[in-house]
Amino acid sequence: MVFWGKTVSQVAKRPKRKNPIERTQLPTLPPATRSRVALGLTAAAARGRFELQVCRDCGAVQYPPREVCRACLSQRLLWRRQDGAGALISDTILRVAQELFFRERLPWRIGNVRLDSDVNVIAYVHDSVGAPPCRIRIEAALDRAGQAVLVAMPERGRPALSDDPKLREMTCDPRGRKILVTDGKSAIGQASARALAAVGSDLIWIGIAEPWKKAAGFDGLRELPQAKVVPLDVTDSSSVRELAGEIGGKVDIVVNTNDCHRAFSLAARRGVETAQLEMDINYFGLLRLAQEFAPALKARAADGAANAIAWVNVLSIFALANYPPHGTYSASKAAAWSLSQNLRADLQPAGVRVINLFPGPIDDEWDQLEMPPKLSPAALAAALVGALKGSVEDVYPGDVAQDWLARNLESPKTLERELGETGR
Amino acid sequence: MKTAKKKSAPRTSAAKANVRTPAPHARAVLSDLLVSGGARLVDLTQTLSPDFPTIVLPPEFGQCRPFRMEEISRYDERGPGWYWNNVSFGEHSGTHFDAPIHWISGRDLPYNSVDTLPTAHFIAPACVIDCGAQAKADADFLLTTALIKRWEERHGRIPAGAWVLMRTDWSKRNDPIAYQNLDDTGQHTPGPDPDCVRFLVNERDVLGFGTETIGTDAGQAAHFAPPYPCHYYMHGAGKYGLQCLCNLDLLPATGALIVAAPLKILQGSGSPLRVFAIVPAK
Repeated sequence: MVFWGKTVSQVAKRPKRKNPIERTQLPTLPPATRSRVALGLTAAAARGRFELQVCRDCGAVQYPPREVCRACLSQRLLWRRQDGAGALISDTILRVAQELFFRERLPWRIGNVRLDSDVNVIAYVHDSVGAPPCRIRIEAALDRAGQAVLVAMPERGRPALSDDPKLREMTCDPRGRKILVTDGKSAIGQASARALAAVGSDLIWIGIAEPWKKAAGFDGLRELPQAKVVPLDVTDSSSVRELAGEIGGKVDIVVNTNDCHRAFSLAARRGVETAQLEMDINYFGLLRLAQEFAPALKARAADGAANAIAWVNVLSIFALANYPPHGTYSASKAAAWSLSQNLRADLQPAGVRVINLFPGPIDDEWDQLEMPPKLSPAALAAALVGALKGSVEDVYPGDVAQDWLARNLESPKTLERELGETGR
Repeated sequence: MKTAKKKSAPRTSAAKANVRTPAPHARAVLSDLLVSGGARLVDLTQTLSPDFPTIVLPPEFGQCRPFRMEEISRYDERGPGWYWNNVSFGEHSGTHFDAPIHWISGRDLPYNSVDTLPTAHFIAPACVIDCGAQAKADADFLLTTALIKRWEERHGRIPAGAWVLMRTDWSKRNDPIAYQNLDDTGQHTPGPDPDCVRFLVNERDVLGFGTETIGTDAGQAAHFAPPYPCHYYMHGAGKYGLQCLCNLDLLPATGALIVAAPLKILQGSGSPLRVFAIVPAK
């Protein structure tokens, strides 16, 4: 049965409309202060990893994060990935809290967990975890303050964080949300719109620039029940301003898929015109979108169950280190990456998450001469949806991105030399 | 106008014509206007706006930057008492003028860029050829020499030094998709055929050719011999182009004067401009 162009099941998932005479709540955040060393937990969680410090001298695992080993006082503590296996020893229900964030959300279930690596942690407990004692698996997640917290998940089965109504706030689950996909002409934009539609987003505005240039596959998007095509050219400040004026107060998630990719090194293209176009779309496009849409997102960050919650940028692994065959493109993506950190700092106090995707070469026309493996637009879109449903900030989808990330973490200078001398 | 004070010199060819008074024909029309008791002005210019499309080229080529406007201040903290913008655009955006240096065939001509072109050419008579019905019936309609000659039978011979303006009513297509009219074989817009351009250049010594579409050439002119004949022959002979004109339907077939003075850009290949017609009042 179809109701206003949507199936009944899609309509049913939509949160109740808010009463327009009631004040929109202001966002509150869980306590965000961390020591410098404790931010190591956040750094790993931002990439979807649970890491703890491990003593290089005696092997003792540490929690909470600290300066010296709890067993041998060595200062040589290294962050290492943990499997999170352990047991829930006890749990309790928090019913009174002084912190505004918790006070607004009581009651909370928290538990005492003994990890197999011989440390005790206090964790949120997913509501699919049974009564203690029982085996669990600890995951790191990012709370609304953007800081790492630990969550006890059931040992078997893989429920989503968002299946727990309280922990859903640690995700940016697109189900029931209103989403702006800024460029529907690119294969990535189209795949993203389709993937977001498939997971039950409520409405997807799909931006189109220069509508007189037909893009393959674009017309098919109009068949998505949630799709609404809107004019949006991120090189045109007035176009961005107009759309923000029209829908800015409705958007829950901005997915910035705008990308201008021209495969030139600086020596292979005379002049700056092409590089300026890349910069205008990849960097200034993000700046224009951020200036116009971020204020409205912040204002609606606590607007009930369908609040403004996330901003996604499709960047590139070439942002991490310049890939000379695509030199000017790399530079524009590095600029966008830097600006996205500004945006994150701007949106964080409201609890709106900025998620960056750093894919390797995409299987499209501008990476035509790149050797496989190349990421399909559909795989990138799946990573995008996964990032929203999960609790991460930085995503490196695909083998090439993972490889570059590892090499860059190990030695940025080595990666620079390798890319400059031998290609990727 | 400063230029009008200078002594007149006979106008010969575009190459030698750095003269500082209007062509004799233009002067005659001007004095006609005076004795007839007046004239009306018709603006032939589209508004420069970010939404106005620019020419579409394959993405690996350099691109004409569309018109863009960024606010410097608007009576605010960036400038409390004043409003102004920085604008950017390609030389060939909006209603614009093409100088001979735009095309490789005109690259070595004297006075071939907008900063050097003869001021006498800023004002010239116009012959308006109405192709509205044909363009409506066929987006790929081509103006031919035969049609020009038929027009001359009715309106007289096209004088040397005149603009020939091809009226197609294309400017009435307010939707940019319909205006560009692209499909997967490229653009479909009317224009002149190669022989027609040769005729206008060699037999009529026109000042230039103007259209309502995004180029002086037809949408499919990349496949003509030579490619883009209106650019190739016109600019090769020191002639000009005007495109993205509007309101050509308000002009008489003959008798109007076109005022078209591009921006004085050093070595500029063209520029957006305010172009208008002085039309004798009836």
